[in-house]
Amino acid sequence: MKPELFFMLASLLFSIGIVGVVSRRNLFVVYMSIELMLSAISLLLVTFSKVLGTADGAVIALLMIGVIAAEAALFLAIIIHLYRRSRSVDSDAYQGLRQEANDA
Amino acid sequence: MLSLMVVLPFLSALFMAVLYLSMPRLKNQNIYTIIGVGTPAITVLLSLITLFSLMQGESTIYNTLFEWISIGDFNISVAFMADRLSAVMVSFITVIGTLIHIYAAGYMRGDAGYGKFFSYFNLFMGSMLLLVLADNPIMMFVGWELVGLSSYLLIGFYHHDSANITAANKAFILNRVGDFGFIIAIALLFVGLGAGGFTFDAIAANITTLSTEMLSLIGILLFVGAMGKSAQIPLYVWLPDAMAGPTPVSALIHAATMVTAGVYMVARYSFLYVEIPDVGLFIAYVGAASALFAAIIASFQSDIKKILAYSTMSQLGYMFIAVGLGAYSSGIFHVFTHAFFKALLFMGAGAVIIALHHEQNIFKMGALKKSLPLVYVTMFIATLAISGIPPFAGFFSKDAILVSAFSSEHYLIWAMATVTALLTAYYMFRMLFSVFHADVAEEHHLQKLPQSMTAPLVFLAFGSATVGFLGVNEAYGGSAWFNTFLALPDTPLHLSHTAEYLLTALNVALGLSGMVLAYRGFAKVAKPTEANTFVKTLVLNKFYVDEFYTLVIVKPLLVLSRLITNVIDPKLVDGFIGALVEGYRAIAREFTWLQNGKVRYYALQILVGVSVMSTFMLFKLGVL
Repeated sequence: MKPELFFMLASLLFSIGIVGVVSRRNLFVVYMSIELMLSAISLLLVTFSKVLGTADGAVIALLMIGVIAAEAALFLAIIIHLYRRSRSVDSDAYQGLRQEANDA
Repeated sequence: MLSLMVVLPFLSALFMAVLYLSMPRLKNQNIYTIIGVGTPAITVLLSLITLFSLMQGESTIYNTLFEWISIGDFNISVAFMADRLSAVMVSFITVIGTLIHIYAAGYMRGDAGYGKFFSYFNLFMGSMLLLVLADNPIMMFVGWELVGLSSYLLIGFYHHDSANITAANKAFILNRVGDFGFIIAIALLFVGLGAGGFTFDAIAANITTLSTEMLSLIGILLFVGAMGKSAQIPLYVWLPDAMAGPTPVSALIHAATMVTAGVYMVARYSFLYVEIPDVGLFIAYVGAASALFAAIIASFQSDIKKILAYSTMSQLGYMFIAVGLGAYSSGIFHVFTHAFFKALLFMGAGAVIIALHHEQNIFKMGALKKSLPLVYVTMFIATLAISGIPPFAGFFSKDAILVSAFSSEHYLIWAMATVTALLTAYYMFRMLFSVFHADVAEEHHLQKLPQSMTAPLVFLAFGSATVGFLGVNEAYGGSAWFNTFLALPDTPLHLSHTAEYLLTALNVALGLSGMVLAYRGFAKVAKPTEANTFVKTLVLNKFYVDEFYTLVIVKPLLVLSRLITNVIDPKLVDGFIGALVEGYRAIAREFTWLQNGKVRYYALQILVGVSVMSTFMLFKLGVL
């Protein structure tokens, strides 16, 4: 199999992830989009590992899976916490970083 | 020893200042008297020892206290030098200064600021000694500035009256104008000659390496400094106002310190001024104009201290005529004799003022001859001396100046000086007769004078009568010991003895006629001059010079300041900064939509940023 196919798949997955993060408001969907982007990167790393014939990329990908698992636990906890605070999983409901135009 | 002489007054001033500040309510003021008068007395001893060792034929004495600044080749030491000129200056400054200190102990007795006064007074003495004994122009400038500072402190001594503060500020600010010239001159000298060492000796040795134009510029700028300190046209207006201080201060400023600094400075730089006779001529003309101008004003004044102030300015004019025309030792000789009789006049005036409970108008005095005989006799001697009546001190020095003015063939200067001599006799005797002879309507209730105020008068009267003999000219069988001793680069006179005798006769005749005029006008009934004609109004108002300065300098400055505070600063400067701030805010407001707090938008921004960077890098790396 040509590695180009894997590159294209990874790019596609990453783009879908980005579009998901930017356009969707549901925190769960946003989270899943981020996971998708991470998976795309893992795929890319493994592909490179195969192409170059070294184990480095595969090792990093394995590490990433572990990190992602830990991160998933944190992320879900944060989402639950946010939901408890304001009964909403809409990301637009959280605008604490907003700059008010009139208080400049 | 020289260092000790300069440092002692500063130390005692510091000590008294600390003592005064820590115990302002100290009842027993004897400690101030002992220290304040004792220190100048020690300096008298030291200065006389110095003078005598120089008279024994010893060459110039040097004394380095410590090195002040040393950067590479640039070395300024706190060093002192006593050559014949400075030794003579220091001797009479300390002697007369000490007498004034003794007098002040009586004059200021019981004043709440007694300790403060003596602290300032010693500071004044120390500054003047520093100025005179300085070994290089930098140290001289330090002394010069300190003299200005102490005069400011003393003129504004009675600081509860805002008029006195104004007078002190006026003196200080006008002196700053002069110092401006002085410091530029020093800087130019340093740029020109600093490489070869910056002591007076080194400068004198290298002075010919500078071009005449440069020397003239330096000479004029130095003289601007002298104008300020020595109250010459046009920077003289502070001197009459400086009378706001206590009378001993006036005596010290006018006799021993401060105003003589300018003349001394020109004599100190005589090695420079001999190279540029044209600048010297300018100095002489300024001196002559000041002498005549001040004499005219003095003839119409009615405040005893103002009359004396203008007479000082007039006598300083004489000194500048002398040093300007190259008769340096005659100028210094006049400084020397003038110190005696001017100190005496001021002390006498102070005694009269105290006796009459602070009355300064001569036309409210009168008939004090009987009640204050000692003051009368001593002041009479001083008046004779200042009027140039032989054989009193002023006669010899003034005559020497007039002779050198005549001999220089600048007859205008000579004529102005001669007219001034007549006026001097007139206004001085006008004052004397009004105060001591003229009838009064009511008896005065006199306050008793302490002995410390009268004893110095006697000593000074003796000095005023005799010190002139130190400089008797050749024409009168003397050897002009004073002038020979000073050994300054004088321009030689070329006059026959007959001409000298004639000139002297003329001067004496003018002096006597001034005296007679004053006697006829003021000995019986003394009335102030009325402003009934245009000329008299003009003179009584001092030619409106103060008003003129106010109009030409002060008012435009105020208008300009107001313009700046009201228009330029708020509208232009603040406006510009305000516009910057506003513009920044407006731009910032446009960007606030980026900070909308929505996570997705931030993610989008990151995406855009990363894309732009990646694209840029790809192009840079040449991949695409």
